[in-house]
Amino acid sequence: MNKRKQYIFLITLTISLNSNLAIFAEDKISMEKEDHCISCHIEDEVLPENFKDYDIHNQSGLGCSGCHGGDAAKEDMDEAMSEKSGFIGIPNKHQIPGICGKCHSDIEFMRQYQPRIATDQVEQYYTSFHGKKLLEGDKKVADCTNCHTSHAIISAKDPRSTVYALNVPQTCTQCHGDADYMKSYNIPTNQYTEYVKSIHGISLLEEQDTGSPACNDCHGNHGATPPGIISISHVCGLCHANNMQYFSTSVMGKVFEEQELHACEECHGYHQIEKTTYEMIGVGENSVCIDCHSEGDTGYLVADSISRLIMTAVTLHDSALIRQTEVIRKGMDDVEIGFLLGDAKQNLIQARTIVHTFDPDKVGEKTEASSSNSKAAISLADKEVEDYYVRRRGFGIATIFITIVVVALFVKIRDLEKKRLAEQSAQQQS
Amino acid sequence: MIINTTSKKLFTWLDNRFNLSPLLEFMRNKQVPVHRHSVWYYMGGVTLFLFCVQVFSGILLLFYYKPGIDSSFESIRFIMTKVQFGWLIRSIHSWSANFMVFFIFIHMFSTFFTRAYKKPRELTWISGFILLSLALGFGFSGYLLPWNELAFFATKVGTDIVGAIPLIGDAIKIVLRGGEEVTGGTLLRFYAFHVALLPALFTVFLGLHLLFIQRQGMHEPEFIEQLPKDKKKVIPFFPDFFLRDAFLWLIVLNILLFLAVFFPWEIGNKADAFAPAPEGIKPEWYFMFMFQTLKLLPGQILFIEGEIVGILFFTFAAIIWLLVPFWEIRKKPGKKIQPMTVLGIISVLFILIMTIIGYIA
Repeated sequence: MNKRKQYIFLITLTISLNSNLAIFAEDKISMEKEDHCISCHIEDEVLPENFKDYDIHNQSGLGCSGCHGGDAAKEDMDEAMSEKSGFIGIPNKHQIPGICGKCHSDIEFMRQYQPRIATDQVEQYYTSFHGKKLLEGDKKVADCTNCHTSHAIISAKDPRSTVYALNVPQTCTQCHGDADYMKSYNIPTNQYTEYVKSIHGISLLEEQDTGSPACNDCHGNHGATPPGIISISHVCGLCHANNMQYFSTSVMGKVFEEQELHACEECHGYHQIEKTTYEMIGVGENSVCIDCHSEGDTGYLVADSISRLIMTAVTLHDSALIRQTEVIRKGMDDVEIGFLLGDAKQNLIQARTIVHTFDPDKVGEKTEASSSNSKAAISLADKEVEDYYVRRRGFGIATIFITIVVVALFVKIRDLEKKRLAEQSAQQQS
Repeated sequence: MIINTTSKKLFTWLDNRFNLSPLLEFMRNKQVPVHRHSVWYYMGGVTLFLFCVQVFSGILLLFYYKPGIDSSFESIRFIMTKVQFGWLIRSIHSWSANFMVFFIFIHMFSTFFTRAYKKPRELTWISGFILLSLALGFGFSGYLLPWNELAFFATKVGTDIVGAIPLIGDAIKIVLRGGEEVTGGTLLRFYAFHVALLPALFTVFLGLHLLFIQRQGMHEPEFIEQLPKDKKKVIPFFPDFFLRDAFLWLIVLNILLFLAVFFPWEIGNKADAFAPAPEGIKPEWYFMFMFQTLKLLPGQILFIEGEIVGILFFTFAAIIWLLVPFWEIRKKPGKKIQPMTVLGIISVLFILIMTIIGYIA
């Protein structure tokens, strides 16, 4: 953007903000106890069902006139909706950010309700793609009401809200998934269909894990914009901090930067980021390394070496897991084995993260530790299984011994009985 | 020869001081009737054997068991996994406890059906009933000691039921729990009951029970009692009956070993007072018939709470059962099935059906 354009943009932004805010500059925020607007408009289809019960503004006492102007205290319709009383009716798209910002940009006012709430939403909005386009006169872009709705606004923490973490992808795709609507912008509309198949989408939408990222976690909320090349690793690094750090300080990180490659995205993709597999590393057909490296170059050798280290540790860990299952099935003690396998897994996870250093020595330290834990677990499992058979053999020996004593007792009892009967018959005869 | 001489000398030495000869004479002449119901005579002996197993294995467990909410579960796991043969001792203790209660029930009902409780054995019956109650107390208190979640919630439910007894229930519940809730205090209390109070009481009543049997001899069913003396078949207690007893004990011991090796007693998950109650909370099988009856009773019976009616019913039934020797319905000549037999069959069926429903439901 050249300097002239920047000046025009800033002036436009300032005028727009001031004019929007000016509409209500002299008004006090309407917090009437008695709201005559609702008594007429409650049956209007604009107001959703149960509006009174869950609209956060209505619950906090913000009446219709807070946004639409007018005097809600007046019973007379004409007086209530007169120009004199500041009535503006349905606000136009350009007015909306200003109307919302009247309260939401005022920290003095907002802290009465939420002391920690941010009040930079409108400011951020005008830096977003949506906000910029709105200033340019585009009436199709999203304003506050497109995401938050206008009359059923619920706290973002409430699962019923359109901007609750689990609902965000669906909210964004209302516009971004509509090919006809998005035609004029010439951007793809398959983000949602790709996202739902991704590890993030599955985790958020299927497993209901609200810790997984939705659209806004990478693109921003009010300042939503596609992340640039430089910021991609930073965006991913917000959650995957270690991976980002290892990658950015690695040899590969520097090469990516020089060649303006999309850091994480080059290997993992973006909207359809799939669950990582061990096959992604190495020189196999599912490897991402061979997308750039070929046989004979250093990168190819490093990829092969790292893959071998990891696969050795994985194979040992899998063998140990099978042995643990056998121990559990036999009803023996697997507590220690479980601890060892937990450590082995942890080391493997760390090795997978350290892969982003592209240093076989560093990866080797962790795979070696993992293998060592797995070997110890296998050894313990062998001991438990051996113990299992010892117990059974012991029981067998005990049973043989007891049986011999039981048989001996039986013989003795019979002898005693015979002896007694003989004595009795001798007595009877005498 | 030398051993014989030494033992004779030792016996003479003891006999001179404690006059053991009459006792020896008594044991030499002690006889056991032989008839078609003789098999029931062995049930008491098996129960006594299992009690000895309990005492022996319990003492071994005491070497390692540490009562406390932070140590009970851990020490049981330690016993099961680290202590040499700890798994065997603990499993035998648990299996044997269940066997003991089972054989007490068999012993009691065989006594009931053969009418062995009649004069002059009223006190033998009463002491036996007290021993059954104490054994149930052993079971209830021992169930909590591993401090696993099933035991924790079962104890909670069990003590809640006790708390529902009118007038005195709440006080008993607080004494049992050592407070309003099941806590580490309850665990320590149950431990004290299990290893000190109940064994002491059990030993006293077991001593009395055995003393009564020795003094009065084995009960003879009426059809044997009526026979002339020369027609009655008997065997000497020593060694014939004792060897038969030992024969059965060894078989039971082998079954215990089999169960301990092939079906070791589970440890479960550690109790967490703040966790929601897990599914499948159930009392030990010998409390199941009472638990299930209370569950099936309607919330309100006339003007009284259903659960209270159930508790009062069981309390009343226990008192009636305890006093059987004093109110029994006399035999009606000519009747094939006597009223007391019918009563016994109803009681057994009730216990069996309610237990089965409890496990199926």
